[in-house]
Amino acid sequence: MGLLSKKDTALITDPLTDNNPITIQVLGICSALAITAELKASLVMGIAVLFVLGVGNVVISLMRNIIPSKIRIIVQLIVVASLVIIVDQVLKAFAYELSKTLSVFVGLIITNCIIMGRFEAFALGNGPWRSFLDGIGNALGYAVILIIVGFFRELLGSGTLFGIPVLGDSIEKTGVYAFGYENNGFMLMPPMALIVVGIIIWVQRSRNKALIED
Amino acid sequence: MEHIELFFKSIFIDNMVFAVFLGMCSYLAVSKKVSTAVGLGAAVIFVLAITVPLNWLLDQYLLQPGALAWLDPKYGVNGSETMDLSFLSFIMFIATIATMVQLVEIVVEKFSPSLYNSLGIFLPLIAVNCAILGGSLFMQSREIPTFGLALNYGVSSGIGWFLAILAIAAIREKIRYSNVPPALRGLGITFIITGLMGIGFLSFGGMLTGGEEEYEVEKTAKIIDTAKETKENELANNIKVNE
Repeated sequence: MGLLSKKDTALITDPLTDNNPITIQVLGICSALAITAELKASLVMGIAVLFVLGVGNVVISLMRNIIPSKIRIIVQLIVVASLVIIVDQVLKAFAYELSKTLSVFVGLIITNCIIMGRFEAFALGNGPWRSFLDGIGNALGYAVILIIVGFFRELLGSGTLFGIPVLGDSIEKTGVYAFGYENNGFMLMPPMALIVVGIIIWVQRSRNKALIED
Repeated sequence: MEHIELFFKSIFIDNMVFAVFLGMCSYLAVSKKVSTAVGLGAAVIFVLAITVPLNWLLDQYLLQPGALAWLDPKYGVNGSETMDLSFLSFIMFIATIATMVQLVEIVVEKFSPSLYNSLGIFLPLIAVNCAILGGSLFMQSREIPTFGLALNYGVSSGIGWFLAILAIAAIREKIRYSNVPPALRGLGITFIITGLMGIGFLSFGGMLTGGEEEYEVEKTAKIIDTAKETKENELANNIKVNE
């Protein structure tokens, strides 16, 4: 690729696997888990974070030389808060039902540790283009975990994907329900999100022994 | 009565960590030792108790639709009808929180050095703790009616968070002596334990309102039934009269 050097590509691909913001850096779990009961909500949340982190990283990176370091946290918070307000207004205008489902968790993107973490760790020390790539990469890593968790919770919890039944009809007993399969409503409960993420971490660390903590 | 109800509800049923996953980042990062967990937990209670009532005032007198009614019309703003500034609430809340945290840090450092030594290092961490902003946002979306209740909500949800981080820190101190599968060590097992604790906390769900709700349903069902009966009786009577 002419546009992306090898180092730049690594900025995008690393967070998807071995430097994943959720499972390795343990950032941004706060607002992520409560909304993963449905795949659609997880996807939208992923896109929202992608927008906020991509644009925010560029803005902070452009301002990095004029922000006094003592008040940088407040400056960062204001930048994120303005971007989140945009996301919130767009959601309210074009996907009102979904914005009801996400409720306060859209607002909580502001204090999502991924965003503050990337501002502090990357955007304050790098140029806009690389910061943008870093933001996109980390947001994608975040979205991937959200989508995996949302996929399993919606599939096992209500037998649907994006609200479309994929396992047959649970009332008329078609599809797999004909064999006595039942939806596990427990998967829709909040604690199961934590356990699903725990299992993802388990799988990832058994595949890559270098990540194991002692 | 409603104070007691809200107090226990925010500690156990709507627990910040187990029911809505707020403040998970610091919850996972600072729960390796009980002593530091206590420090952070106390700081969270402290800051929530200050910021939630403050943001309640902001919400009531500035942000809600019609909240500007106290403003004299001579300023050219007929607040009671037109103004809805609630889209600004994110930026107002986070600015309040960030400044309050900074202010609290300065005040505590000046007047109580011993408290500063135990809480001080955690205060900057707290400005970006989801539990703090989450407290204010939930206060807004649940439409808590009075200042007293908002204060109560701040304190009690802080206590709920404190309880959660204390519990996980104690468990993590002990789990070091257990034989956890290598790939689960550290983060993985902490997630799964938190999930199990969350399942435990689900059982508090029936604590306060469960019985009452059932009673209400029965009552309305009965009313509907009696209404039906009287209607049927009337119909029967009418038919008789017609005959």
